[in-house]
Amino acid sequence: MSPTREDQHWMYCNMVTSRRFEEAIAKIYFEGKSPAFNMANGPIPGEMHLSDGQEPVAVGVCAHLTPEDVVTATHRPHHQAIAKGVDLDKMAAEIFGKATGLSGGRGGHMHIFDADVNFACSGIIAQGMGPAVGAALSRKMQGKSGVAVAFVGEGAVNQGGWHEAMNLAAVWNLPFVCVIEDNAWGISVSKETSSAVANNADRAAAYGIPGKRIEGNDPYAIHEAAGEAIARARAGNGPSLIEVETYRLAGHFMGDAEGYRPEGEKDALFEKDPIPKMRARMIGDGMASEEELDRIEAEAAARVDAAIKFARESDDAAPEDALTRVFAA
Amino acid sequence: MTKSNERKLTIARAMAEATAQEMRIDPKVFVMGEDIGPLGGVYGNTRGLIEEFGAERIRDTPISETAFIGAAVGAAQDGMRPVVELMFVDFFGVCFDAIYNLMAKNTYFSGGKFKVPMVLMTSTGGGYSDGGQHSQCLYGTFAHLPGMKVVAPSNAYDAKGLMTAAMRDDSPVVYMYHKGLQGMGWLGTEAGATVHVPEESYTLEIGKAKVVREGKDVSIVSVGMGVHNALKAAKTLEAQGVSAEVVDLVSLVPLDRETIRASVAKTGRLIVVDEDYMSYGLSGEIIASVTEHDISVLKSAPKRVAFPDVPIPFARVMEQFCLPNPDKIVAAWDEMKAA
Ligand SMILES: Cc1ncc(C[n+]2csc(CCOP(=O)(O)OP(=O)(O)O)c2C)c(N)n1
Repeated sequence: MSPTREDQHWMYCNMVTSRRFEEAIAKIYFEGKSPAFNMANGPIPGEMHLSDGQEPVAVGVCAHLTPEDVVTATHRPHHQAIAKGVDLDKMAAEIFGKATGLSGGRGGHMHIFDADVNFACSGIIAQGMGPAVGAALSRKMQGKSGVAVAFVGEGAVNQGGWHEAMNLAAVWNLPFVCVIEDNAWGISVSKETSSAVANNADRAAAYGIPGKRIEGNDPYAIHEAAGEAIARARAGNGPSLIEVETYRLAGHFMGDAEGYRPEGEKDALFEKDPIPKMRARMIGDGMASEEELDRIEAEAAARVDAAIKFARESDDAAPEDALTRVFAA
Repeated sequence: MTKSNERKLTIARAMAEATAQEMRIDPKVFVMGEDIGPLGGVYGNTRGLIEEFGAERIRDTPISETAFIGAAVGAAQDGMRPVVELMFVDFFGVCFDAIYNLMAKNTYFSGGKFKVPMVLMTSTGGGYSDGGQHSQCLYGTFAHLPGMKVVAPSNAYDAKGLMTAAMRDDSPVVYMYHKGLQGMGWLGTEAGATVHVPEESYTLEIGKAKVVREGKDVSIVSVGMGVHNALKAAKTLEAQGVSAEVVDLVSLVPLDRETIRASVAKTGRLIVVDEDYMSYGLSGEIIASVTEHDISVLKSAPKRVAFPDVPIPFARVMEQFCLPNPDKIVAAWDEMKAA
């Protein structure tokens, strides 16, 4: 079933919000890091993994989720966090290391946690899998509704932990969906040289569950496949595996020279930027007018500006608070 | 001094040079890890190797640490001399069985009949706001478990000699290099780590500490980045008329207790600086090594400047609050004198 008009507006809004957010972060990230680029400096220090280009996966899946459902994400979590409804002000503040951040500055960009919408991360590859499967188990044991979705990169499927969690979800028939964002690269190592099969949906056969691959970074097709998988999980019929071909329009992290990419690859990806594509399709399909989409874009930009302003104006974390919250209060 | 004697290298380049020189003379040496091929390692320590040795001997791996570290154990037992990289030491969680139950124990389990001559290189350390899964040192964790040697250079000269020694060692060696000493353009580097490195191949004895600054009032013992903090603190103390001796452990396993004890016997005071977590680790081991041997050499209770027992926070102000630094070392001295 293709997304309703309302779904499409929501999806487009979240894709644009995510992109504007990453653009704002990218700009601020370089503050204090020039002329000599040093990751430790500036208002946003540390590694920064942007999700530009991968927005269709986040919105196509999260369109089917409620705050109650559980999502685990990776080192590249912003697009999924936004689509899951993580508080944007507090997320921005966390990325700046501010006291008002989601975790008061303890976590940072690779550790976005928002209990209000059941969102968690791990910066260790594939380690969102176990917790998502465990949340699905907990829902089943408690007789509570809700499904769990683990987003991972295509590089994660070669981790032992990925396989173990898939099998566990299948053997216990849990309400779980694994969504693989295949952006073709794990840092500088290509999927081609690191995975024995081209289509990771084929791996579903190893667990006796449905597996589907979506080509072309297409938000509509992702929406449809995710809808089926999530409905199946909600109905108690067990887990599914989805792999989506997507594009990483940024470097692996900010500061990555991307010398490993074949010449021209990046330019070709920009041609396929999913945001202008979706905009054109919505207008072509009569699902939105130019004015409506302009308004969505303006609202997204304003929302991001407000979040960045909130983050910038918030107080720094208090240094000695580093020693608190190690154990439950 | 001739011109070539003045050549300075970063630790990253010193490690790559040592590996290349060893690979030229020993066809059994090969390298495996994530992004160690065309990228040359996230921390630059395999740069240039794939161009010279090709993809057969310089193997980019899938993100499968359990598989390739376990594979290195098997290859080492079968006559190869693998060098493998665990990109950040923090990732040990996904592959520790291959490290401490296989790599570290197979020599013993086989009664010495299997040798496991491999090097596990891994990056350590924080200070640049990379958060709690990318900033740890974990020196104590690795050094605690028997069966693997552990080294941690503080400068490029030591880095090259240790790398060559590690590749020639018939036992597994964990080679822990600190990101803040590595000399990567995109990460600030402690200038004192980039030093003169001879062109020719040489080894540094594993298990031997170095007195890198002589003094008579207090011994400051550390490793890796901590050595540079100790040297800076020693300078400040010197201006106050205090003569601090600085001991660079260089190796954690075997631990050169003789050198530590001799230094403390001379100065009568001990401060241990450790970027790893405070409890159950390196700092306690150094202090015990002195006190269990001869407690009478101490004129005052020893002190430690270490990372508090909390996960490493992201926010710069929080992380800097927790990390050891020269001021904290000077403050430890002040407390010691006041006590
Ligand atoms: C267990 C583990 N090994 C290695 C890394 C280092 N690392 C961080 S991101 C990355 C590549 C991940 O590729 P993929 O899963 O495809 O996600 P992408 O970065 O493309 O979003 C690697 C190797 C890590 N974080 N955890």
